[in-house]
Amino acid sequence: MIDVAVVVRNTEPVALQDIPRLSFDVFQEIIADALSSGMYMAALPAVGNGRQAREIVAVLRHDQPGRLYLLRTGKPEEWPSMTGRFPQIAPFERELAEETGLQLSGHPRSVPLRYLPHDDLEEDEKNRYIGSHDFLKASGEEMHEVAVGPVHAGIIEPGHFRFLCHGETIFHLEISLGYQHRGIETALRNRLPDRRLILLMETLAGDTSIGHTLACCQALEGLTGCLVSRRAMDIRAIALELERVANHVGDLGAMAMDVGYAPTASFCGRLRGAFLNITAMLCGNRYGRGVVVPGGAACDVDQELAATMAGRIRQHFSDVTEAANLLWNSPSVLARFEETGSLSRNQAEELGLVGPAARACGLEIDTRMDFPTGAYLYYRLPTSVWFTGDVQGRAFVRWLEIKRSVAFILARLQSLPQGTIQQEVRQLPAEHLVVSLVEGWRGAICHVVLTGTAGDITTYKVVDPSVHNWPGLALAVRGEGIMDFPICNKSFNLSYCGHDL
Amino acid sequence: MIHSLLARYHQGNHTIGYPEEPAPEMPARYCGRPIIDQKQCQGIECTICRDCCPTVALQREPSGLLSLDMGRCLFCGSCEQHCPQDAITFSRDFRLAAADRNDLMIRAVQPPINIHLDQLRRQLFRRSLKLRQVSAGGCNACEADTNVLGTIVYDLGRFGIQFVASPRHADGILVTGPVTSNMKEALLETYTAIPEPKIVIATGACAVSGGLFCDHPEASAGLDQLLPVDLYVPGCPPHPMTILEGLLQMLGLVSRVTAPAQRITSISLS
Repeated sequence: MIDVAVVVRNTEPVALQDIPRLSFDVFQEIIADALSSGMYMAALPAVGNGRQAREIVAVLRHDQPGRLYLLRTGKPEEWPSMTGRFPQIAPFERELAEETGLQLSGHPRSVPLRYLPHDDLEEDEKNRYIGSHDFLKASGEEMHEVAVGPVHAGIIEPGHFRFLCHGETIFHLEISLGYQHRGIETALRNRLPDRRLILLMETLAGDTSIGHTLACCQALEGLTGCLVSRRAMDIRAIALELERVANHVGDLGAMAMDVGYAPTASFCGRLRGAFLNITAMLCGNRYGRGVVVPGGAACDVDQELAATMAGRIRQHFSDVTEAANLLWNSPSVLARFEETGSLSRNQAEELGLVGPAARACGLEIDTRMDFPTGAYLYYRLPTSVWFTGDVQGRAFVRWLEIKRSVAFILARLQSLPQGTIQQEVRQLPAEHLVVSLVEGWRGAICHVVLTGTAGDITTYKVVDPSVHNWPGLALAVRGEGIMDFPICNKSFNLSYCGHDL
Repeated sequence: MIHSLLARYHQGNHTIGYPEEPAPEMPARYCGRPIIDQKQCQGIECTICRDCCPTVALQREPSGLLSLDMGRCLFCGSCEQHCPQDAITFSRDFRLAAADRNDLMIRAVQPPINIHLDQLRRQLFRRSLKLRQVSAGGCNACEADTNVLGTIVYDLGRFGIQFVASPRHADGILVTGPVTSNMKEALLETYTAIPEPKIVIATGACAVSGGLFCDHPEASAGLDQLLPVDLYVPGCPPHPMTILEGLLQMLGLVSRVTAPAQRITSISLS
């Protein structure tokens, strides 16, 4: 049945007219068929302007052969929910209902995903504003609710967590986001790709600047057939892996902090900054802003800079190794990490988790392996997988990724291919669609770009890995003590602004 | 146990000596305090820099002078790259913070001036400042670089500055992000919960001016549209040294007039 869909590779453009337009029933049937046979929903964008959207495109991801399946349908008045059978589609359905106003029926939890401030709300929707969220309730002896957020105790983005607790045990966690919503997708509609597009990508999720900007640039290059030079590919990959290493090192430190293990918390706190400073050597900005541009890279690395960066990376990696090994050798740390916040492989598959959270449950999915682009077409990193699905698993997968990414970065720095680093990007082709996947440090980033008749972008859909993984956190803390919530949250470390856009 | 002690020995001491010692050197490609050479600027007809600026930070003033608003600037370096006359350059000076929004406008070579907090608050907070951090739509870069101030490299605690968990325990609020409409209520409630006298710090281009989102209906044109701001810290994100120097300046613990910056251990409060 899925043969009806058009098949593309990562960053391969397709003319809109070549995407089969199906009746809504057939559309849902094919999606159901695909999701039952091991595929995942990568994106479900509405084409056009929110409430005036006319069509919906489904982007299905098949990891093993590395292929993407596309189909579209006219926007229906009512969408019978498929979440009951396929939990992974839950956030996409909620998003569609909120953005386009279609009626979502039969969804177990049909509440707004982001609380978009709409001017044209229906009468019965006007009491839906952020903070009015109708949380699930439970009553009984020793039952109580704990509300956290949107303003959190630490220096962190806002979000609301509502715990239904029995004594100290969490029965259910409901996460309500949308506080960071800045209207990025709306701002990208009906515009030519310009510098502002790239800057919005860099600040979409500020700690994943390279990841999102790379996905955007890959999409534009794919659409225009622009071949990025090998040297630029390597520089981009170095930046992406540096971003991964810096954030993973920070996460190990943060997890150590949350279980009260000061040595690793202290060392990794410094070392994260040390890796950010290496990115700053590349482009002046600790988050890599300005490195990745359409057509290649804007910052070059000469032999001297490469040698200096490599020397510092080796030094920092040696320190990280020492700090991480303290964790794995501390019974007190392992007692908190192991068997806490566990998810089974089955649950990870059902929820469609991505990134280290999925790999910690034994799922061997990694965009760099399944949908390689750029330098990853030429050099393969081993996929870091663990099997326990608990906080220890997610921490250990990060450690494995740090090791492998550092080796990759050092190898690239040593052998940068000759050549220029920037190519020109031509005008976008009219009425085409492209899907661009990048393995950000949290997981698979998916950008879907649709162009109009004038070489402009009509719809830009961003799916941050956090959209897939927030439900994973909610499920992982069930049955845990509420005192373990911080460590579970840190072990996922998801993006609020990447989710909210 | 022995391993963690050995590790402590190996890892060494990394706390910077600033402000008693000179600040660490910024990376070679770092875009810091901008400098405008008006003589090199080609004049009203040339709009190259203004056209390539993503946040309209560059303006031609009625006097004819070119000005760069650091509050809107993302420090992307685009104008420096595109100007055919090299009229705009970004130095490696990380000292960007100001108390007055107008002091963020650059029209020449302008070394930063000292920031003055009023006597009462300076006296109260000079030795102990507790801040509550609120992310009002921030992208997490400003938050991360604020967080890093608590790590051993910058060690904010040695100045008596600390981030606390509740506004009730705080002396001031440090806001990041362009104040999204969805965060407005939470931000106002947090501000109201802080006892007087209090300090408001806007960190990052988004908080200072709305940044890239200043014309988005879902965000705002900066924190000072909502709350009275005492300290503006520009940058996207501001380097941790910029935030640190801004905080220490505000409290009168470093001076910008003498160079290199020296820690002031006693000040006259007249």
